[in-house]
Parts: sequence; C-alpha cells; structure tokens
Amino acid sequence: MLHTVNKSPLQTRDLDSCLLHLEAQSAESRLLLIEDGVYGALAAAPSATTLSDLANQGRLYVLGPDLSARGVAPEALIAGAEIVDYEGFVQLIVDYGPHQAWV
Amino acid sequence: MNDEFDEDAASTIKRFMFVNRKAPHGTIYALEALEVVLISAAFDQDVSLAFLDDGVLQLRKGQDAKAIEMKNFAPTYRALEGYDIEKLYVERESLEARGMTADDLVVPVEVVDRARMSALMSEQDVIMSF
Repeated sequence: MLHTVNKSPLQTRDLDSCLLHLEAQSAESRLLLIEDGVYGALAAAPSATTLSDLANQGRLYVLGPDLSARGVAPEALIAGAEIVDYEGFVQLIVDYGPHQAWV
Repeated sequence: MNDEFDEDAASTIKRFMFVNRKAPHGTIYALEALEVVLISAAFDQDVSLAFLDDGVLQLRKGQDAKAIEMKNFAPTYRALEGYDIEKLYVERESLEARGMTADDLVVPVEVVDRARMSALMSEQDVIMSF
C-alpha cells in the first residue's frame, strides 16, 4: 500500500496518523511525502526519528519537485529518504497500490 | 470493443473505501464525502466507509447544525442502509481519544481497532480520502 502525506507534521497530525496505520501493515507499504509533507523529512524535524526507521528500510520517498519549490536541499533530509520525480510517483502507485492520501 | 468494455464494467465489482478523517462542520469535507458516497451507491460497487481521527465526530449524536445555519446532514448517515451501504467502520482508538463509544453514534457501526482498520485499507481497490 502507498501512503501519501501532503501537510507539514509541524502543522497537522496527518503524518502521525498515517505512520500509526502504516506500522500495522506489512513491510510492503510505502510512504511518499508530497507538497508541504516534504518538510516532515527534514533531519531537524521532530518526525525524523520515526521516519529514519522507514528510510533505512527503503520505504520512504520524497517528491523532488516539491523539495525544489520549497528550497529544501536533499542534504537537509534524513539519510535514506529516496527522492522521486512525478514519473516515480506514478510508478510507486503501480508497484505498491492501493494509494491512500492522508489529506 | 464497446461490447467487451460494457461486459467488463458490468461484471467487475471494485472495493471502494471512503476514508473520513475530519470533523463535520469546520470544513465542507464531511458533507462532500457523504454526497460522493450516495452517488457511488448507484454504481453497485463494494462500498465501505471508514471513520478515524476527527472523522468519528461526524457520527456524533445530538448535532444541530441549524444552530449555525448549516444543513443538518448527520441524520443522512442513517439513510445509507437504504442504499445498501452497510459497511461503516469506526476506529476504536479515535473514539477513545474523544471520550466516545459506539453508543454516542447516530448509526450502528462496526468498531475496529487501528490494526484492523489498517488491514481493511490495504484490502481496497480504491481509497477516496476526505
């Protein structure tokens, strides 16, 4: 299953709720951060600890164009987060669907 | 080609889950979700509704939206059964965090824990989030 979060975890609890549900699923589930959700992947963010585990398992993705738009350099992100483009977004849905948007 | 498509459409039933995670009156999401759910009933699909996080508040008894001059749509959840939409799942942890139990809800539902809710989500073909 592919989860997407599009809000900053500093603003809403969407990422928290997503992670609680994702943890209950198989290791096949993936998380892609898009739009303001990309701030959650900042190494400095409180969410970094939880997301690092996911990143180390190769299950965390961040949408590159949304990082660029916000001036967030890849170096600012937690280690292991994989940056994808729009094509990669579509491929993730194909590979890991169904897709749930935690809007 | 068209015949083949029609046959396909008639025989393929997909599992649709409508996920509700927002409180009812602060935004239009809850009402919009309900409208889409009612429309979906016309397509004879396998439809279920999930209520978690603030979404459980949509089902809270005693709502009187007329007090804020808005449509009182909470009773509509009771009409879903008439459209053969009978799978309403409510997450236990979300109810508890708001001091609620199934007795506080306007309709009979199936209360499930977070793990079960996660499993139900992963079994769907299509998930619509509101």
